[in-house]
Amino acid sequence: MNNIANDIIEVKDLKVYFDMSRGFLEEILAKEKRQVKAVDGIDLNIKKGEIVSLVGESGSGKTTIGKAILHLVEKTGGNIFFKGEEIDPKNNKEMRLFRQKAQMIFQDPYQSLNPRDIIIDIISEPLEVNKLVKTEAEKRERVVRALEWAGLKPAEDYLYRYPHELSGGQRQRVAIAGALVLEPEFIVADEPVSMLDVSIRADILRLMLNQCRQKGTSYLFITHDLSLAWLISDRIATVYLGKIVEIGDARLMVGKSVHPYTKALVSVMPVPKVRKDRKMTILEGETPNPINIPSGCRFHPRCPNVMGKCRESEPELIEIEPGHFAACHLCSPHNINKKGPRS
Amino acid sequence: MENAKKAARKRKIRKFIESFKTNKMGMIGAIILGIFIFLAIFGPIIYPYDPMQFGTAKDVMAPPGPGRILGSDDMGRDVLGGLISGTRISLAVGILATIISMVVGTIIGVASGYYGGRTDAILMRFTDMFLVIPWLPLMLVLAAILGSSIWNIILVIGLTSWAGTARVVRAQALSIKERQFVERAKSIGADDRHIMVKHILPNVFPLVFANTILVSAVAILSETTLSFLGMGDPTHPSWGMMLHFAFESGAASVGAFWFLLPPGLCVVAVVLAFTFLGYAFDEILNPKLERR
Repeated sequence: MNNIANDIIEVKDLKVYFDMSRGFLEEILAKEKRQVKAVDGIDLNIKKGEIVSLVGESGSGKTTIGKAILHLVEKTGGNIFFKGEEIDPKNNKEMRLFRQKAQMIFQDPYQSLNPRDIIIDIISEPLEVNKLVKTEAEKRERVVRALEWAGLKPAEDYLYRYPHELSGGQRQRVAIAGALVLEPEFIVADEPVSMLDVSIRADILRLMLNQCRQKGTSYLFITHDLSLAWLISDRIATVYLGKIVEIGDARLMVGKSVHPYTKALVSVMPVPKVRKDRKMTILEGETPNPINIPSGCRFHPRCPNVMGKCRESEPELIEIEPGHFAACHLCSPHNINKKGPRS
Repeated sequence: MENAKKAARKRKIRKFIESFKTNKMGMIGAIILGIFIFLAIFGPIIYPYDPMQFGTAKDVMAPPGPGRILGSDDMGRDVLGGLISGTRISLAVGILATIISMVVGTIIGVASGYYGGRTDAILMRFTDMFLVIPWLPLMLVLAAILGSSIWNIILVIGLTSWAGTARVVRAQALSIKERQFVERAKSIGADDRHIMVKHILPNVFPLVFANTILVSAVAILSETTLSFLGMGDPTHPSWGMMLHFAFESGAASVGAFWFLLPPGLCVVAVVLAFTFLGYAFDEILNPKLERR
């Protein structure tokens, strides 16, 4: 996991805890502060030109991981390295440069565009804020280029429209153009297609994929949809309650997953032709409340293969084959062949 | 390309006017206010009037008749002339005071809502102070200390009426700063000032606008009250000042209704017009109230 040389992003033991607001009485009685452990110790690296997906249920902390990497939420602990250097969020100059290089694409294109701005102002905002363009003509040229890149052609037709005059897909293209206009090296895409019509999802994904291939941009792709992650990413990490439970090559993760949580996600992936012997694992219940994380393995209350050991000790992330890590007591090396999925 | 930008803006304004036209209350308010604004601007040209030109003894509190439509006041001056020149003073004071109130209220509201935490606590306690102090005594005291020039009156009214605006704007700013486009602005490296000016302000503006018009009504009423109580600027006689003199000279007891009623009715009409307009704008600009 330590190819520091061409890592765009390297995250070590990242933690994000949120304080629960306390009532007046609790404040006086000075009870222990309750915390929501949204992200609880994560190691992750993303290489240049790589697409890494975070997959998990809602509430698993995957969005918080993405935002913490971009310093949009304050981290509680751990280190985040961007191209080998740690950025101090309090250093304005460093942050300014970092913000130009790392962008975010938000989930909801109905929310992420200011309804009172016209498209040209929305897309040129990153340029204006960072004082990267001097003349109106230059600004316009770059906006047009970004829009056409994002597939809105002819761009002139869109420049002076308001977001509400566009469709959902067009809006998400505008949002993507707004992220690409700075030509960033790293993009966090937070469920960029989940709000879109199924018919235009593929187009938007292809757009991002092309951009990654042609410009060598790295992506952290956040999704709850494993099949989507499998389709576009190089590596997949499954996140459960603020921890990575399994990470590895996208093909390995789907074909040879070992963690029961990943297996359950794989078993319900939609496939064109369902084989008769396909067994679906439907997980019971929902992700537990991240205020009271279960003891031992945090997945044990819902795990179909739970053992006595799981209630007591928390499994470490161990390498089961090159580049494939899992945190499960079942994954001691001799177990892998036996417990591997029927493929 | 600037033309296209203007066209986009124009489309928006046209849409606003379209929905305004169908709003009866708003149209009534606009028409009444339009008449008074016309009088304020062109009145003194159409109907010249000199407040220093006093009439003879037989003119004092003369009832309406030929040559003086609304009769004359306790100094034998023409009431209609006084009314028209008072329009200008009353409206000017009301509007200028509202501008002060709006600027102060918006700045405090946006800063308070956006920064939150300690800034919010301090600014809001300060606002609460202005909200709970009975405004009339406060205005009287301030006017008495500062002296009764017209500029002081504008200042006093402006500085006592911003608290409500600040509260409303803060509430809206609180909700807007959680919207995703603000987060997007942060993620591209925008600083607080940029976010407040480019994102928060344009989105609270409709609210500020509707609120402004309602504050104007209150400001004009305040000016009338202050002048009626004798705190007005005697060199700039407003409607309130006319009421003051009418009351002092006993117009009510001698039955000189032509001296007492017109300025009172004018105040009522203008305040009503502003209130109608305010509600109409609120209805149009606040999408949640929109009727379908």
